Amino acid sequence: MVEIPSGSIPSGSAGAIPSAEVEDVELYHPHSWWTKYVFSQDAKIIAVQYSITAIAIGLVALVLSWLMRIQLAFPGYFAFIDADHYYQFITMHGMIMVIYLLTALFLGGFGNYLIPLMVGARDMVFPYANMLSYWIYLLAVLILAAGFFAPGGPSGAGWTLYPPQSVLSGTPGGKDWGILLMLSSLIVFIIGFTMGGLNYVVTVLQGRARGMTLMRMPLTVWGIFTATVMALLAFPALFVACVMMMFDRLLGTSFFMPAIVEMGTQLQHGGGSPILFQHLFWFFGHPEVYIVALPAFGIVSDLISTHARKNIFGYRMMVWAIVIIGALSFVVWAHHMYVSGMNPAFGFFFATTTLIIAVPTAIKVYNWVLTLWRGDIHLTLPMLFALAFIVTFVNGGLTGLFLGNVVVDVPLSDTMFVVAHFHMVMGVAPILVIFGAIYHWYPKVTGRMLNDVLGHIHFWITFLGTYAIFFPMHYLGLLGVPRRYFEMGETAFVPPSAHTLNIFITVMALIVGVGQMVFLFNLVWSLFRGRESGGNPWRATTLEWQTPQTPPAHGNWGKDLPVVYRWAYDYSVPGAAEDFIPQNVPSGGGVTREVHA
Amino acid sequence: MAVVLILVLIVVGSVLFHVLSPWWWTPIASNWTYIDSTLVITFWITGIVFVAVVSFMAYCVFRFRHKPGNKAHYEPENRRLELLLGGGTALGVAAMLAPGLIVWNQFITVPADAASVEVVSQQWLWSFRLPGADGKLGRAETRDVTPENPLGLDKNDASGLDDVIIEGGELHLPIGKPVHILLRSVDVLHDFYVPEFRAKMDMIPGMITYFWFTPTRTGTFEILCAELCGVGHPQMRGTVVVDEDADYQTWLGQQQTFTQLTASSEALPPAN
Repeated sequence: MVEIPSGSIPSGSAGAIPSAEVEDVELYHPHSWWTKYVFSQDAKIIAVQYSITAIAIGLVALVLSWLMRIQLAFPGYFAFIDADHYYQFITMHGMIMVIYLLTALFLGGFGNYLIPLMVGARDMVFPYANMLSYWIYLLAVLILAAGFFAPGGPSGAGWTLYPPQSVLSGTPGGKDWGILLMLSSLIVFIIGFTMGGLNYVVTVLQGRARGMTLMRMPLTVWGIFTATVMALLAFPALFVACVMMMFDRLLGTSFFMPAIVEMGTQLQHGGGSPILFQHLFWFFGHPEVYIVALPAFGIVSDLISTHARKNIFGYRMMVWAIVIIGALSFVVWAHHMYVSGMNPAFGFFFATTTLIIAVPTAIKVYNWVLTLWRGDIHLTLPMLFALAFIVTFVNGGLTGLFLGNVVVDVPLSDTMFVVAHFHMVMGVAPILVIFGAIYHWYPKVTGRMLNDVLGHIHFWITFLGTYAIFFPMHYLGLLGVPRRYFEMGETAFVPPSAHTLNIFITVMALIVGVGQMVFLFNLVWSLFRGRESGGNPWRATTLEWQTPQTPPAHGNWGKDLPVVYRWAYDYSVPGAAEDFIPQNVPSGGGVTREVHA
Repeated sequence: MAVVLILVLIVVGSVLFHVLSPWWWTPIASNWTYIDSTLVITFWITGIVFVAVVSFMAYCVFRFRHKPGNKAHYEPENRRLELLLGGGTALGVAAMLAPGLIVWNQFITVPADAASVEVVSQQWLWSFRLPGADGKLGRAETRDVTPENPLGLDKNDASGLDDVIIEGGELHLPIGKPVHILLRSVDVLHDFYVPEFRAKMDMIPGMITYFWFTPTRTGTFEILCAELCGVGHPQMRGTVVVDEDADYQTWLGQQQTFTQLTASSEALPPAN
C-alpha cells in the first residue's frame, strides 16, 4: 500500500487551514428529474439505486430459501417443488445472495454512499462510469432473473456451477437456457462492477479531502477499499471461467470437458479438466468471501466505536489486519477443494495458509471486544446488531478452523456442517452488519430515524432466529447428513430425531423471513413518519455526519470542502468538552492525541 | 440487561446443546480414529475461545453500558496486549494445525500392502472393479465405454480380463485389510462417501483419484454421493459390506470377471 501525500498538513498542526473552494458552476448539477433521480451521476443516488435493486433481488433469494427449507422439512408438501426446481432454487439462492445481494450492496450500495462522504470528496471521481456501473448491474440482475422465465428454467448446477454437470442434461438448465443466462449475467455483472470498482479505488486514493491521510480514514473506508481492490483482482478469474464454460457449451471446446459418456452416449469432448474450473472459480470464490467480509469488518468497527463512545482499539493493527487478510485470501482458495481430487500434497500448503489467516482475523475480534472494554456502551440498534455480528462471526469463524484444517475437513466437507458454517460466517454475519449499518446511516440518507420498536422486534427475531437455524445445523453435518440433497429418503445412519431438527430449522427460517417484513415496513414507514434526525444524531466524528445539509445535497459539501485535522476516532478524549470531536474540527478544540501513521 | 442475559444464555445454551445433542458422528468403521481425535481437539480449542469471547462481551455490556455521567476510557492502542493476544492465537492455531497435518500425511500415504479397489461412478449408479487372480487392475478409459463394456476396460490389456466387475451391486471388503480406493467417473463429478469410514474423495471424469482406509468392523454401510451430480444426486446410493475374510472369499467367488461379463453381455439388461 502506497502512502499518498495528502496536502501539506503536518500531523497535529494547530490552527485552521483555508479550505479549497470550488465554483458552484463546476459541480455539474443535474438539470432535470431524469438526470437527478434516474440516470443520476450522484454517488448517493446510485447507492440508493444499488441498494434497492440488491434488496429486491435478495428478497427473491429469501423466498427461495423458504421453499427449500419447506421441502427439507416437509418433503412433497408442495407438489411443484420437484428435484429440478429444488436444485434451481439452491443455485439461484446462493448466487443471488453472494453476488447480487452482498457484493452489490456492500460495494455498490455502501461503497457509493460512504466513500465520497467519508473521505470528504464531492462525488466519485468518474461519475459517468459510476452511473453506467449501476445500469449494467441492473441489466445483470434482469438477465439472471430471466432464467426463471426461460425454457427449462434457471440453472440448477449449484452456485458453484461445477462442470461437467452444469452443462449436461442431467442438470436443470444444463442443455437449455439456464446456464447460458447465468454465465451471461455473471459476465455482465463483472463488467459493471469493474466500472464501479475502479471508481471506488481511485476515489479513495485521489479524492480525499485535505488532511485525510490514509491512516486517518475510517475503517469502513479501509474495508470497502481493500475489498474493492480484491474484487478487481479476483473477478477476472470468474470472468474467464464463465467465458470458457460458455465456449464449451456453445462452441464445443473442451476447456473443462474431458471424454464423457453421458447417459450412454459418447460426447464430442476430450482432454479438458473439470478441476481447472474449480481452481478458477475458487481463486475468485475465496477472495469473494472477504470481499463481503472486509466491508462488514470495517463498518462494524465504526458502529462499535461510535456507539461505545470510544476509539476503536488498535486502529493501526485493524488497518493492517484488513490488508493482510486481503492479501492472504488470495493464497487459500484450494481449501475449498481438499476432497476435489487435486494433488493431495496441496493440502499441506493450503491448510497452513488458511489457519494463518485466523490470526489477523482473531485480532480483529479481540479489538472489537476490547473497544467495548471501559467504553460507554449505548445499546442502540446499530450497537445491538454489532454485538450480534460478533457472536455470529466468532461462531462461524471458529467452525472455519474445522474446515480449514485439511484432515478435519474430510469427514465434514459436502455435509450440512459446511452449509451451517458459511451461512454463519458470510451469510448471517455480514447481513447483521448491513442491518446495523442501515439503522446507523438511514438518518443521513433520509433525514429521519428508523422506528426503534419495530427495529427491536426485527433485531431479536433476526439474531436469535438465525442462530437457532444455523447453530444446530452443524450437528446434522457432524452426523454425516450431506448437503444439496433434495430429500434424505431412508438412510440408516440418519435417526428420526434429525428430521425433527430439520422441521425446527425450517420453522425458524420462516419466522426469520417474516421478521424481515417488519424491517421492510420500517424502511418505508419511517421515510414518511420517522422522527427527524438532524445532521448528526449519533454524535459521530466521521465526515459524513458533518455535511451542511441532511440528506447531503449534490456535491456533498456546499462551497467549501472539509479539511481534516484528526483521525476518525476521537471519542471521549480527555479534556474535551464533548465526548466526540469531528474529524474536521481543528486542533485546539480539545486535547488530541494522534496516532501517527 | 436483556442483552447481557441473552448473551449468557447463548453461551450456556450452545455448550449444553453440544453436550446433550443426540446428533453426533456415526460409530466409526475404519482406522481413521485420528481424524475424530483431531476434530475433538478442534472442538475444545474453538469451544473455549467462543465461550471466552462471548462471555467477555457480555461482561463488558453489563459493566460498561451507558449510564448518565459515564465517560469512556481513552486508549488508542496497547501494543503489549495486542502482541500477547496475537501470539496466544497463533499457539492455539498451531495446536490444531500440527496434528491435522500429521494425520493428513497418513491419509495421503497409501500403505504398500493395500489392496486396490476401483469405484466407478456415473449418473446415478455405483460400479466396482476388483483385481483378478493377477492382483492387477487392467487399463480403462472413458472412451472405451460401451453398453457391453460399461467401465471402459481396455480389451487389449490382458491384466484386465480377469478383473471382477460389479455393476450397480454391493461392494464387499474384508475386515482389517487396508484398501486403496481408486475413483473414476465416466460423466460428471461424484464423491464416494461412506460416513462411517470418515474418508471421502471426489471422482472426476478424466482422472483417477484415491484415498485409503482399513475397515475395522463388519457390517453393512450405505454409500452416498457427496458431490452434486444432477437431479438424481440424492438417489445415488450404494452398499458396502465389510465381511470376515471367509465370507468375503465366498462372495468374491460368486462375482463375474470381465471376460465372463463380455461373453454374457447379450443376456444382461442394457446399461442406463
